[in-house]
Amino acid sequence: MTSEKIQLAVRKASPHTSVIDIKGEINAFAENALMDAYTQATSQGARYIVLNFSSLDYMNSSGIGLLVTLLIRANRQKQRLVACGLSEHYQQIFELTRLNEAIVIYPSEAEALAALS
Amino acid sequence: MNAPNSEPNQAESKPSAWSPPVSRMKVTDVPSGAKNLNVEGRQPVSPLQGFGQMWQKTFKVRLTGVSLTPAEVMEIWKANFPKFQPVENRFYPTMSGLSPGQVVLIDAKVPALPGTPSILPVSTGVLVMYADDTTVTVMTPEGHPESGWNTFSTYEEDGCIVAQCQSLCRPNDPLYELFNRYLGSSAQQDKIWIYVLNSLAEHFGVQGQVMTGKILVDPKVQWNQAKNIWQNAAIRTVIYFVATPFRWLRKPAVKENR
Repeated sequence: MTSEKIQLAVRKASPHTSVIDIKGEINAFAENALMDAYTQATSQGARYIVLNFSSLDYMNSSGIGLLVTLLIRANRQKQRLVACGLSEHYQQIFELTRLNEAIVIYPSEAEALAALS
Repeated sequence: MNAPNSEPNQAESKPSAWSPPVSRMKVTDVPSGAKNLNVEGRQPVSPLQGFGQMWQKTFKVRLTGVSLTPAEVMEIWKANFPKFQPVENRFYPTMSGLSPGQVVLIDAKVPALPGTPSILPVSTGVLVMYADDTTVTVMTPEGHPESGWNTFSTYEEDGCIVAQCQSLCRPNDPLYELFNRYLGSSAQQDKIWIYVLNSLAEHFGVQGQVMTGKILVDPKVQWNQAKNIWQNAAIRTVIYFVATPFRWLRKPAVKENR
């Protein structure tokens, strides 16, 4: 049996952009860690938040639900949420769950930051 | 989200737990008794595509004294999924059961007004979006009363097995939103999940108390999704039933013309 298996780091990439590096698993346990990281990014003044999934090990359906609630919170704060570093498998899952219609996916962090600048 | 205290390692079932991408729902075989209305060809939808307010509702019951693992409880839950539903909410899984990518057809009856008997038919279905040893998540199609996901899961909390239903949904169109807010549809849906959890608990000989939690995730309605009413499964099912005698009359006429 396991518990929280996620590590998050928040970096400021530009005055209005923060990157949240996601390492490990996004499941129901990740809620507090993910929302804390979002709060930290917001307190840094982020208008754009890049979710960097390049070190993601696994995400289940509860994890996808967390991304929806995170997206709604960001939308309410007039922030823009984008994703980068998703494997082909998780890009398909974004497609299946139609999250890709609300969260733009970039292949890499550099491309995400270039697009947001 | 309502985080359980523990969750099994999902490494073994990772590759097959998710459905492959589905742009339009396809019903491969129709179980006996099911209608297969309002499902074939419909796009699966997420909580982002619906019209009304987005709610996260969590229902859970502690299965005190049950000495099975969460995976064993889920296996029994999956095997008896239709049996645990209330009589007015019939589920028809295909032969493949609740496995990723499969469609489960639903024939339900809902009350026209609060407190009245469930007489209005609604035929719809769901897509199994995710299924592993302890979790099943289903995704609704366009026209379904709700736009979003329902997750059924089992986990261990303080040495006790907990069974949980959690929905993250919006009413799909303005009519469903009206019924949800003012005409008792929301309470009716709550009753269904409470019934399911009580049935599961009874199966294990447990008199459980179902605990409920509701969070209004997004209070806004999405007017750009008002057009979803065109695919409203409740309206289309009623039209289907009203038109049934005309279809019967038309059949011999078509044959004679041949």
